[in-house]
Amino acid sequence: MKKKAGLKRTFREIRKNKACYAMLAPFMILFVLFTVIPVVMSLPIGFTDFDMVQKPEFVGLSNFRTLFLSDKVFISSIRVTIVFALLTGPVSYVLCFLLAWFIDGMPKRLKTFFTLIFYIPSLASVYTVWQLIFSGDMNGYLNAFLIDLGIINSPVQWLTDGRYVLAVTIIVQLWISLGAGFLAIRAGFQNIDPALYEAGAIEGIRNRWQELIYIVIPSMVPQLMFAAVMQIVGSFTAGTVAQNLVGFPSTENKAHTIMTHAYDYGWVRYEMGYASAICMILFVVMFVLNRLISKGLKKIQGD
Amino acid sequence: MAADIKKLRASSGPAGRKYGGTAASFVLLTALGLFMVFPIYLTVVMAIKPVEELFVFPPKLYAVRPTLDNFRDMFAAVRQNRVPFSRYVFNSVFVTVSVTAAQCVFASMAAFVLAKCRFPGCRIINGVIVTSLLYQSSVIYIMQYMVMTKLNIIDSPLALILPAAASPMGVFLMRQSISQIPDAMLDAAKVDGAGLFRICWQIVIPNQKPALMTLMIFAFQAAWNIQGGGVIFREQYKTLPAAVAQVSSSGMARAGVAMAAAVFMLVPPVIVFILAQRYVIETMAHSGIKE
Repeated sequence: MKKKAGLKRTFREIRKNKACYAMLAPFMILFVLFTVIPVVMSLPIGFTDFDMVQKPEFVGLSNFRTLFLSDKVFISSIRVTIVFALLTGPVSYVLCFLLAWFIDGMPKRLKTFFTLIFYIPSLASVYTVWQLIFSGDMNGYLNAFLIDLGIINSPVQWLTDGRYVLAVTIIVQLWISLGAGFLAIRAGFQNIDPALYEAGAIEGIRNRWQELIYIVIPSMVPQLMFAAVMQIVGSFTAGTVAQNLVGFPSTENKAHTIMTHAYDYGWVRYEMGYASAICMILFVVMFVLNRLISKGLKKIQGD
Repeated sequence: MAADIKKLRASSGPAGRKYGGTAASFVLLTALGLFMVFPIYLTVVMAIKPVEELFVFPPKLYAVRPTLDNFRDMFAAVRQNRVPFSRYVFNSVFVTVSVTAAQCVFASMAAFVLAKCRFPGCRIINGVIVTSLLYQSSVIYIMQYMVMTKLNIIDSPLALILPAAASPMGVFLMRQSISQIPDAMLDAAKVDGAGLFRICWQIVIPNQKPALMTLMIFAFQAAWNIQGGGVIFREQYKTLPAAVAQVSSSGMARAGVAMAAAVFMLVPPVIVFILAQRYVIETMAHSGIKE
């Protein structure tokens, strides 16, 4: 009885909100077709053996067992990914915010100028030029520069020496990481009502740091949540930078991330089932991390 | 810009912000900015260097005899295709304009409803959108391809436009921003008898220029770079990035041409970026959101 009444109410609610559904429809139809359906279809693939030629064959948890118990490269890729994500994610997140904040204090024309300067790597994303900078022969810009200064005598193999591969990749990743999150935060600054700063000044805010903590951060929580998702995805699924820069496979797999591992199995060996299983593990990690960060940010907003 | 720099010392910015440190942040921004721009600067230099200057030691930070040969070679190589160059330009402009417009319009409406209305399914849809951003899998492309085959749009411009027209990232960005609008403002409009559609386009979105312009930058950038590998096979439907990629992917011997292509492809996004950012910054002066 109760359930029936509840259903009736839901139907009434749906009818009452017709306009809402109508405005959602254009986005939702395309979103369901090209994102939701492909995602749902791809979920079971991780539990199969699939080479893209024959039909996927169900193998249970066997892919996951192999990954954790006998795939040494995968275990090492977990370590690389964690080091990589810890060094690029938080640093870049804080940089996105601080740089956007510094830029906000600039006069108008300089605002556009600096925003462009910091965003242009994401706009261009040219890795080839970094290859020339870090090139292992004397023609590499960095080598030529260091030899000129007398710091080194012979060229350093930045892109192939196991000691430098990860560091070089991290530098380039940081260079392109001021992307969507940075621009969203920049836009967020324009949403802060100037009256808030005036009110703050009256209530005894003395310097820019206090302004930052009591006014800016609390009114920026939605943008910070957006940027967090972008940074999590950016730092955990990084792989293309390394593949283009230090080659694939990289020396001693020093820059072999989980995503590179998935690429290796998916597009080199055509073991799509195995590659999917790798991606699913990564997804679970990112999902949990995002939950934790949003909870933390919501607390700031609540205060 | 000299006038701007002078103003720094007197500390500028909107009323109520009279704290120092602006000059210090200017120095810091400039220093970091140089690191950001240096590779881009090198790209431009490489694009205007003649071939014989590419591999001299020590490598120079400027071109001794700048030339447009690389650009000429790039166009010459593209022109060897069966399809005229203007066709690629038309395809790219068509795809970019439709995708950008669709993304902005669809995402604005969806984000407004998801941020400000309560209806059955609202919470689930919000959750699915954010979760979909976190789900990255190489298998998705295969599944997308299967959906496109079912819809019978493979090898047509729709295969480029439709999948890109709905951006969960765009909805997420707009929703976060719209959620900051006080409900009181919308209630006032509702009392005046305005429908949801009108509230969205006449009150909410005009107030959301910073987020909307930011979304436009993302959309333009993504759409402009669509290559359509795997879903477009007929030369007459290929886009500019696809045509340029064919030219520049032939190794270091073509390094100069590759750089020229990169510089050439970068010009439209940079122009759009500057125009959009100016809108973003203008908003501050007359934002009327008050509780």
